[in-house]
Amino acid sequence: MDYVSNTAKEREYMLEEIGVEAIEEIFDSIPKDIRLKRELDVDEGLSELELKRHMKEISEVNNSLEEYTSFLGAGAYDHYIPGIIDHLISRQEFYTAYTPYQAELSQGTLQVIYEYQSMISELTGMDIANASLLDGGSAMAEAVLMAARISRNDKILMSSAIHPSYREVAKTYGDPQGLEFVEIGLDGGTTDLDELENNLDEDTAVIVVQYPNFYGSIEDMKKIKKLKEQYKKVLLLVVANPIALGTLTPPGDFDADIVVGEGQSLGNTLYYGGPYLGYLACKNDRKFIRQMPGRIAGATEDAEGNRGYVLTLQTREQHIRREKATSNMCTNEALNATISTIYMATMGKKGLKEVAEQSFKKAHYLADNIDELEKFEVVNIDNYFHEFWIKTKLPVSKVLAELKEKKILGGLDLAKFKEEKGILLSVTEKRTKEELDEFVQLLEAM
Amino acid sequence: MAERLIIDYSSPGREGYSLPPLEVPDLDMEEQLGKDYLRQDLKFPEVSEVDVVRHYTALSELNYGVDSGIYPLGSCTMKYNPKRNEDIARIEGLANLHPYQDEKDVQGSLKFLFELKQDLAEISGMDEMTLQPASGAHGEFTGLLIIRKYFEDKGIEKSKVIVPDSAHGTNPASATMAGFEIVEIDSNEEGMVDIEKLKEAVDDDVAALMLTNPNTLGIFEKDIQQIADIIHEAGGLLYYDGANLNAVMGYARPGDMDFDVLHLNLHKTFSTPHGGGGPGSGTVGVKEFLKPYLPRPVLDKEDDKYFWDYNRPKSIGKVHGFYGNYGVLIRAYSYIKTLGGRGLKKTTENAVLNANYMKNQLKEEFVLPYEANSLHEFVLSGIKQKEKGGDTLHIAKRLLDYGQYAPTIYFPLVVKEAMMIEPTETENLETLNKFINTLKTISKEVEENPELVKNAPHNTSVRKLDEVKAAREPDLGWQN
Repeated sequence: MDYVSNTAKEREYMLEEIGVEAIEEIFDSIPKDIRLKRELDVDEGLSELELKRHMKEISEVNNSLEEYTSFLGAGAYDHYIPGIIDHLISRQEFYTAYTPYQAELSQGTLQVIYEYQSMISELTGMDIANASLLDGGSAMAEAVLMAARISRNDKILMSSAIHPSYREVAKTYGDPQGLEFVEIGLDGGTTDLDELENNLDEDTAVIVVQYPNFYGSIEDMKKIKKLKEQYKKVLLLVVANPIALGTLTPPGDFDADIVVGEGQSLGNTLYYGGPYLGYLACKNDRKFIRQMPGRIAGATEDAEGNRGYVLTLQTREQHIRREKATSNMCTNEALNATISTIYMATMGKKGLKEVAEQSFKKAHYLADNIDELEKFEVVNIDNYFHEFWIKTKLPVSKVLAELKEKKILGGLDLAKFKEEKGILLSVTEKRTKEELDEFVQLLEAM
Repeated sequence: MAERLIIDYSSPGREGYSLPPLEVPDLDMEEQLGKDYLRQDLKFPEVSEVDVVRHYTALSELNYGVDSGIYPLGSCTMKYNPKRNEDIARIEGLANLHPYQDEKDVQGSLKFLFELKQDLAEISGMDEMTLQPASGAHGEFTGLLIIRKYFEDKGIEKSKVIVPDSAHGTNPASATMAGFEIVEIDSNEEGMVDIEKLKEAVDDDVAALMLTNPNTLGIFEKDIQQIADIIHEAGGLLYYDGANLNAVMGYARPGDMDFDVLHLNLHKTFSTPHGGGGPGSGTVGVKEFLKPYLPRPVLDKEDDKYFWDYNRPKSIGKVHGFYGNYGVLIRAYSYIKTLGGRGLKKTTENAVLNANYMKNQLKEEFVLPYEANSLHEFVLSGIKQKEKGGDTLHIAKRLLDYGQYAPTIYFPLVVKEAMMIEPTETENLETLNKFINTLKTISKEVEENPELVKNAPHNTSVRKLDEVKAAREPDLGWQN
């Protein structure tokens, strides 16, 4: 099956019009010695029935969250996704459209971006947001570069309580620019603020912390704000979980200059790590706007004075500034931003708060019960949101394997990142009391 | 017809969601978080499910997708997005997977990802692929970091990347992000890389040349072997921007043209939907000697077990939080499986046939700046029309009045009043003729009634939008 609709006869007519005998003639501009002299070694095409059967078989080899109860988080969360989202984003006008280059025929996408920017700004307590970046990790990296350009310093103080992969991505992006990364260690489940203070000086470009952090703990944002404000040029970059912001004071209230994060939890399917979306919000300051990466939508007027939307402030971008652009960002995650916009609208003022609170309360119910068990201890029992870090004398791999036999994905083995030991557990509003109780019983029996 | 904002639908106390009641003990959030950490207010919409559905349906109706009609954006390859790929991407056992699930639990997915890598390597003539980059520009950046790391590893200092003036803007932007200086070289009269100028620009300090082939004019760089030799002899590497791969599948492979690194835009050639600007996927391919530098982790296989290899000491590191845009990769895999090798070649043939047919029908009415044979896309100049008062921008806007999307305009920069047209293989003869006739009609309108064209669009939901005002008085959210 292919998707060519012209018949042999029509193709013949077209060739005649062009004035060539056979299609191969047009390819004569490709020198003979570099042409492929055989057919591609790619399997024959399948019919729809065969393809679906094939893919169904592949899917059955997987153990998905359809059959397993998951306590995995660490940057990708199993929150409830309202059914209307898929119906709306399945409208071809949204998902098959291109980047809104012709604004007059793309008002739907542009207004969605404008609404997305509005709600991200509100959620983070910032003034403005862009139209999305590629994911949480690369958004943090882009924000680090942006902060360094604004402060004109090179030293990045990065908390090691930030997701290890985000830190790695930031270094991948920062190294070619000559940025110096100083990782600030842990004090329990949070960033060691004494170490942060000792490393902070006027050459610092930015302090980067996660809120709640990788281990689920809430950083002392008040103290971090004070530290940051000692130096005029030092910026504060906060990587925030947007669901937690449904009930947590937004980073903007702690004088954050840039807030970024992973938007997956706002209505996006897990999809084994992507497509997700990175959000980026910042202060409304000319200095900041000029350095923002990615697309931005703005409201304006049409020739008759009616309201409409366009992509704006494009003189920052690659298609105009080329090598002098603030970033190479072109394709972003527009459909994921559309999903998140519809999610935020559907859950609304009350729903987002309830999702955050239920996740928090269920996590606390589970953590309290685990902490009472003899063989398990919650490291950050005094301070966490909906993720927490447990340690056990039992071999972690064995604990997780036993849980899996009962169809439970019992969290992330921290050994994966070779920094700390234990298990990182995440609880969302989707988990039932029954699932939480069973989890505790199984641990107790180990 | 303006659609109000979702926040304007708000009515205090209105709700559009439902959650099960909390079964665990309730907690006082203020007591738990402390007053300073408890959010005081969230000014989010208070709307019903019906409000949400009506509002976003209304917004969708202000859009134009590939299913609406032709989308001839040059270098964007806006082909039909097969519906079956959407169905497959929604199979629970493929979609509902957490990125940190045990490799044992996702063997089905790892197997098809591995096959996808192999197919993409075969189609492009490379030795190994990474699926991690999430967009074309992300792929460029990744590819250039690989080049950078390779030279670093060999202890060779190189600081420059050469980019032709006809290149996509992302090329120089990505090279800058990867820490290189940019050297731009002019195209020659035929719209191709000027060999003499290339020779002048090349020295020991050049790490790479970035090239799109066929280039953004749709013209195949016939001297590619000579170009490759010049770069390689100077110790540099050759980077292929795969935006235009739809022009050569089954006919030629970048790997056989001696390119060392490339990226492929799966959201172009491999039909995954653009989603209004993303998500995409910019998988990167390399030749054998560059394998050690690929981003971590690399998908590998031992016996019949698939796994992520993190033990890559020479890797550039990660460029994405997880493994890339997996949901996009499912669709690309499904597309390749549907078409098969022969189908892909037929795709290329028809993309090229459609573009050449269209070029042939339009080259009298508009100026064709380059005579050379072009493949899947072509560039016209609207200078004749501009003299009569109809700029390319006006012509593009007028196309919207006829219910058709406009081509890429004012790009490549080497052509004045450029219109870069790529019809793709999925358009049929009637659609092509309709577009051709519309462009001719507009060209006549420019002569007979230039004001009509200048003031276009007339029939869209909004008239021409004031971009200057948008930039001078930024209104970027409803808080403003």
